[in-house]
Amino acid sequence: MDLSAINPAVLMATVMVAATPILLAALGELVVEKAGVLNLGVEGMMILGAICGFAVAVETGSPVMGFLGGALGGAALSLIFALLTQYLLANQVATGLALTLFGLGFSALIGQGYVGIKPPEWVRLDLGAVSRSPVVGTILLRHDPMVYTGLGFVVAIWAVLKFSRVGLILRAVGENHDAAHALGYKVIRIRILAILFGGAMAGLGGAYLSLMRVPLWTEGMTAGAGWIALALVVFASWRPGRVLLGAYLFGGITVLQLNLQASGVRIPVEYLSMSPYLITILVLVVMSSGRGRAALNAPASLGRNFHATH
Amino acid sequence: MVAVVLTMVAGGLMFAALGKDPVAAIRTIFWDPLFHPQFAAYSRPQLLVKAGPLILIAIGLSLGFRAGIWNIGAEGQYILGAICGAGVALAFYPAGGWHIFPLMVLAGALGGWAWAMIPAVLRIKFRTNEILVSLLLVYVAQSLLAAMAVGRMRNPEGGGFPGSRNLAQYPPAANGELIAGTGIHLGVLAAVVAVIAAHVLMQRHILGFNISLAGQAPRAARFAGVSPNRLVLVCLGVSGALAGLAGMFEVSGPSGRLTIDFAHGYGFTAIIVAFLGRLNPIGILLAGLLMALTYIGGELAQFMLQIPRAAIQAFQGMLLFFLLALDLMSNYRVRWLRREVS
Repeated sequence: MDLSAINPAVLMATVMVAATPILLAALGELVVEKAGVLNLGVEGMMILGAICGFAVAVETGSPVMGFLGGALGGAALSLIFALLTQYLLANQVATGLALTLFGLGFSALIGQGYVGIKPPEWVRLDLGAVSRSPVVGTILLRHDPMVYTGLGFVVAIWAVLKFSRVGLILRAVGENHDAAHALGYKVIRIRILAILFGGAMAGLGGAYLSLMRVPLWTEGMTAGAGWIALALVVFASWRPGRVLLGAYLFGGITVLQLNLQASGVRIPVEYLSMSPYLITILVLVVMSSGRGRAALNAPASLGRNFHATH
Repeated sequence: MVAVVLTMVAGGLMFAALGKDPVAAIRTIFWDPLFHPQFAAYSRPQLLVKAGPLILIAIGLSLGFRAGIWNIGAEGQYILGAICGAGVALAFYPAGGWHIFPLMVLAGALGGWAWAMIPAVLRIKFRTNEILVSLLLVYVAQSLLAAMAVGRMRNPEGGGFPGSRNLAQYPPAANGELIAGTGIHLGVLAAVVAVIAAHVLMQRHILGFNISLAGQAPRAARFAGVSPNRLVLVCLGVSGALAGLAGMFEVSGPSGRLTIDFAHGYGFTAIIVAFLGRLNPIGILLAGLLMALTYIGGELAQFMLQIPRAAIQAFQGMLLFFLLALDLMSNYRVRWLRREVS
């Protein structure tokens, strides 16, 4: 076992890359849940985003188009969820599960022709000598644009939810849809827009997995990242800043266990690869038990369908 | 039934988009496994082999779904049941004796039960969301399965390949066909027993009534003295034990060996089966058979028409969409009204 081979600066940089997909998906789901909708289909939207993004990037040769395609793919799948739960009043839990099952199957179907292909490369930030400095440069200044976009989304979503009128309306719909309806807001329309945004973000996260993080397409490649993103929203008690913290924590665990595998620790690989899931469960337990504080922050109308009777 | 027809139409469109003849594809999936002169002899017994575990798991899940308790980690409980069952068998190898198989059944049920108790206890003690925990445990179970297949339970005479000894060739542990050529093994019988037991439970027993009560009117249930915690334990426990049993019957029978890719996603498909059967035991029996048909038909279509395996998975997901969408029609009465000024 040789831990000295692990360079802490490089490690930190990989953590930021590893955290980006779950960060994007969790931010999208946060907005959806703030609007009072529980979409359990994040895993399905992510994997569909992964293959749509990958296919578009390979066909056009442009990663930017790829990310757009991924976002569109995720949003398209979430549109099915929106129609089923908002207009046809289907159960949100069951519909979310259906989304995941369908997404996994459908993505494998689309992805058949794309196994073993390399996606196009994307530019990295280069500020000359500053980017090449050993510590700060390696950790912060040599990433692809999506890493910074993810950080931008954290700030933007935080600001919109906290300070803007749009954020206030969104939260009102999520906390008490009857009151929001009485005030004249279009509950269903606002929720559908939130769901579409969540789908697009999950799609972006998925596309980041297949285009940047791995970068390859394999069936079922999200491997539970969508579910971890869902857990992250609970962990963060519905606050964007904490989502960032949580994403880096989980990214860190993933990277650390991969590094331990590579450095030949005497724990079998299978047990190491369990660790992100086990730690997610552990964190969920701690967060939900702490005098019920996480539960208190949950939007009050979360998971309840709205139907205007008059 | 309308959902099934709609899925067939949408599935046909999907196959047409893949450049296959839609009518032939649908016929290969739904008709040929039962009535094709050449393949039916092989497919018909397979139908029961595949339907057995699906029905067994779905029956357990339906209890929880009715009470609003979402166990979606049946796949993990299924794997744990298989690991525990196979573990008992391998521990006794190569001894003989009648007691081995009953012990395996017990171990399989206990393994699935214990795995389901993790989300149950966490939900009761810490109010942790059982949906997320049970699902995340699936990934843990899959890693554990891989660890067992390449480590502890690897066949010492297997030439270093991952996978356990073949239990089907170890008579005291084998779960063979009861009537040759029908595909009926003990797991299929267990599924039938579970259907009957669940039907009696839901129709005639106070526990069944409490389960539906808690699902439809949680507040009323609390006033009536139904303990929500007890329901969580019972529903997750029963579904876990049944999923564990299904896994154990699978590893000792049709599959025979514990391998890395041993689980076929039965735990997830069973969720569709439970909804397709409208959470009703008899309905689940029929839905399980229909779902098993799509599995076998899918294999046949893969072989005959080169339709990819994943298409069947997408097809099953689509079925669930149509089902949920059409629930509106059965749960509510739709009245078309002119928008009026209020």
